[in-house]
Amino acid sequence: MPLVMDADRMARALTRMAHEILERNRGLDEIALVGIRTRGVPLARRISRSLHDINGDDVPTGALDITLYRDDLMRHAVGPQPLVRRTEIPFSIDGRKILLVDDVLYTGRTIRAALDALIDFGRPQGIQLVVLVDRGHRELPIKADYVGKNLPTSLKQSVQVHLQEIDGKDEVLIEGEA
Amino acid sequence: MKTLLKGGRVVDPANGRDGDFDILVEDGSIQRIGKGLPVDGADVFELQRGWIVAPGLIDIHVHLREPGQEHKETIATGTASAVAGGFTAVACMPNTEPINDHAGITQFILKKAAEAGRARVYPIGAVSIGSRGDQLAELGEQKNAGCVAFTDDGRPVATALLMRRALEYARMLGVPIVNHCEDPSLKGDGVAHEGYVAARLGLRGIPGEAESVMVERDISLAELAGAHVHIAHMSARQSLRAVRAGKERGVHVTCEVAPHHFTLTDESLDGATKYDTNFKMNPPLRETADRDAMLQGIADGSVDVIATDHAPHHIDEKMVEFDHAPFGIVGLETAVPIVFDRLVHAGRITVKRMIELLSVNPSRVLNLPGGRLDEGAPADITILAPDLPTTVDAAKLVSKSKNTPFDRWPLRGGIAATIVGGKVVYRNANAD
Amino acid sequence: MTTSAETPTAAVALKSRHLLGIAGLDADEITLILDTAEAMKEIGGRAIKKVPTLRGRTVVNLFFEPSTRTRTSFEIAEKRLSADTLSIATATSSVTKGESLLDTVRNIEAMSPDMIVMRHASSGAPHLLARLCRSTIINAGDGMHEHPTQALLDAFTIREHKRRLAGLKVAIVGDLLHSRVLRSNVELLNTMGAHVWACAPSTLMPSHIRDFGVTATTSVDEAVDGADVVMMLRIQHERMHGHFIPSVREYFAMFGLTPERLRRAAGDAIVMHPGPMNRGVEIDSAVADGPYSVILEQVSNGVAVRMAVLYLLSGRDSMDPLDVH
Repeated sequence: MPLVMDADRMARALTRMAHEILERNRGLDEIALVGIRTRGVPLARRISRSLHDINGDDVPTGALDITLYRDDLMRHAVGPQPLVRRTEIPFSIDGRKILLVDDVLYTGRTIRAALDALIDFGRPQGIQLVVLVDRGHRELPIKADYVGKNLPTSLKQSVQVHLQEIDGKDEVLIEGEA
Repeated sequence: MKTLLKGGRVVDPANGRDGDFDILVEDGSIQRIGKGLPVDGADVFELQRGWIVAPGLIDIHVHLREPGQEHKETIATGTASAVAGGFTAVACMPNTEPINDHAGITQFILKKAAEAGRARVYPIGAVSIGSRGDQLAELGEQKNAGCVAFTDDGRPVATALLMRRALEYARMLGVPIVNHCEDPSLKGDGVAHEGYVAARLGLRGIPGEAESVMVERDISLAELAGAHVHIAHMSARQSLRAVRAGKERGVHVTCEVAPHHFTLTDESLDGATKYDTNFKMNPPLRETADRDAMLQGIADGSVDVIATDHAPHHIDEKMVEFDHAPFGIVGLETAVPIVFDRLVHAGRITVKRMIELLSVNPSRVLNLPGGRLDEGAPADITILAPDLPTTVDAAKLVSKSKNTPFDRWPLRGGIAATIVGGKVVYRNANAD
Repeated sequence: MTTSAETPTAAVALKSRHLLGIAGLDADEITLILDTAEAMKEIGGRAIKKVPTLRGRTVVNLFFEPSTRTRTSFEIAEKRLSADTLSIATATSSVTKGESLLDTVRNIEAMSPDMIVMRHASSGAPHLLARLCRSTIINAGDGMHEHPTQALLDAFTIREHKRRLAGLKVAIVGDLLHSRVLRSNVELLNTMGAHVWACAPSTLMPSHIRDFGVTATTSVDEAVDGADVVMMLRIQHERMHGHFIPSVREYFAMFGLTPERLRRAAGDAIVMHPGPMNRGVEIDSAVADGPYSVILEQVSNGVAVRMAVLYLLSGRDSMDPLDVH
């Protein structure tokens, strides 16, 4: 499977995005990170650490499980339900600028579900989207504010993100023919 | 009308006969039994190799439901079911609506049976009026009308005193008291055998002792009264133990066991047939030790009779919560296949013993004609097909009700034909 | 507990489309329900206690036995998942007009509910429906047989405090003979490797209790000794009519959970009760309201556990109607 991002590249992309976040938001006031389970969570933590390294401030970081908000849950005639995990957002999101973090942006439906979930938690000042990989093929009008890598793909391909914290190594792979 | 039953093996234990004999039937009676009888203008009923000619089988515990519960069964459908099961005669229980505690009801039943023209019907009358246990019914009048015994079946005879009096009175009349042995306070509102299965399934239990406590009582009372008590639908090993002890002492006690009590256990209430009300009857299916005790008693002679306790119930009544379903299953059409498959072919009893259990002894216990093949006697004959593959199909039962636990059971053994009073009232098309 | 681990979302399922009892569940399925309940519990802590998961789904709560606690718990669970919920208490329904159970349910089914939650006084009633009706059936208590969601919420509560179920000594004391809570709990705790000590007066002990795989005793001191969990079951006043116990006074003296008796338990023992409690009969108020009692937690955990069950069974549309476990 072709490797499109190695550990090195990934680290640099994340650092670059951290700088972009600081620049665009003119600092870390009111900023909070929310990673979308599963792999958005370690990414959010890494960005949080980067921001701390650059800026010195601690950024509140939370984990969001969007399983119960998916729009495709009840559409399978037969089949098991996906596993639900805890959402852990130990701070109020009211008035904050929330940075939603996910590994791959594809159709946009996961982000839509995440927006629905966040709105149930409170009323943020604004929501920005941070993704490691944008592979195109949006089905909803969703756009990422910060992108680690733009990766044009065909519908027949799949993008695999592996992270040290979960999979033991950092890499992004593409599978299937163009 | 002459019919020659040709080429069968005649098994007639009462006359000590077992061999290949022909039987000539004329004008409703057995004319001759012998080897190589001449045809001489008779219709020949050619019997297949392996078929057995037996004295007509008699089921002494059947609920015909008429009068009053004709949605479950009528005397016509019940006797049709009986002959389809190979029975030339049945004794019917009095728990109809109204209860058969009066000669008028007995006469009604006999009339209906004659009209149906299938199996003979011998009514068993109620011991007490309405089977309420307060007052003796007119047992003398009932006997004259045609009752062959008395019971309050459905319920036990309520008190020891009433049972004693009933036994004494019945002794005078020369008939037995048949008892549904069950202590009501021990039974309570139980619906299944009190054992691990009921405990697991959350069903209120009926201990075996609910039955045996009264069996013991009745044997003592029969001894006191010098009378004959017949224990209906025995199911518990403790009951059998008491019966054996009573017989040894010389008490005139006899007992019957139904096919489901020597075939099934309470495990049927779980597993694939969990909470299936076709396994709910009273006395309930008990544990393995009880079932095995019944098998032992059948083999060693302590059990006198196999009787089905045929209890039809409409499907609407059975298709409810286990607690609310009425007790009972049909049995007339499955008895012979079960006895062949589970007793004879399993090597537990001989064909001779089978006929004793289903014909000789029933006639002896209730003093009924039959149970033997005698020249000059009415031609009540059952033709058994010991190797006939018989798969039970509830939907196709002749009985009006289909509440059987044996649906789809593949069994070996069945009925070829049933002859009552010289007339072939049932012929099994599958046997030919 | 595995939920904190960042493992990929795996689709794991319950094997049966119904929840008729604990008897049909294996250890993995039980763990799945408990893990899912953890995620559901968090929703109860939010300001907006709702997720859209069962939006547009209809759940009918059919309670043939009166119940405030269980019915309310299911209703709240259903509403938190955004389901449309309808509760039918039979005192006001066609059942009083003599309609059979099957007909009652078939009529309801004609209006296409997705799931039916049922409590009934007859053991095996949900099994009858699962065999003959189309809907997914969730057993909210059938006669003396099972009360699976109660056992699950009990297990959830125990696991929250003890971090595990295997190897714990769990004492269950009370009217064991008539208790569906006992049967479900024993089934679950045995499957998960706990050791159950069942305690009751001889008259209220099921006759084959040892076949259940528990240690049976008529001594409450022996049962509570070193126990990690002490679970008290209700004694109904009607039991005096069946000659089971002479009086509640004697019952409390011999079997009631008092602070003195509780001292024999493990230092960090928890005290549980499925409710409703008879104070002064099976449990002393000082214990029920004391620091070891988790009785109210059981109630709040009940909502999370029922949400988990509803969620896990909701993915199944009409399948083979003979799928019964």
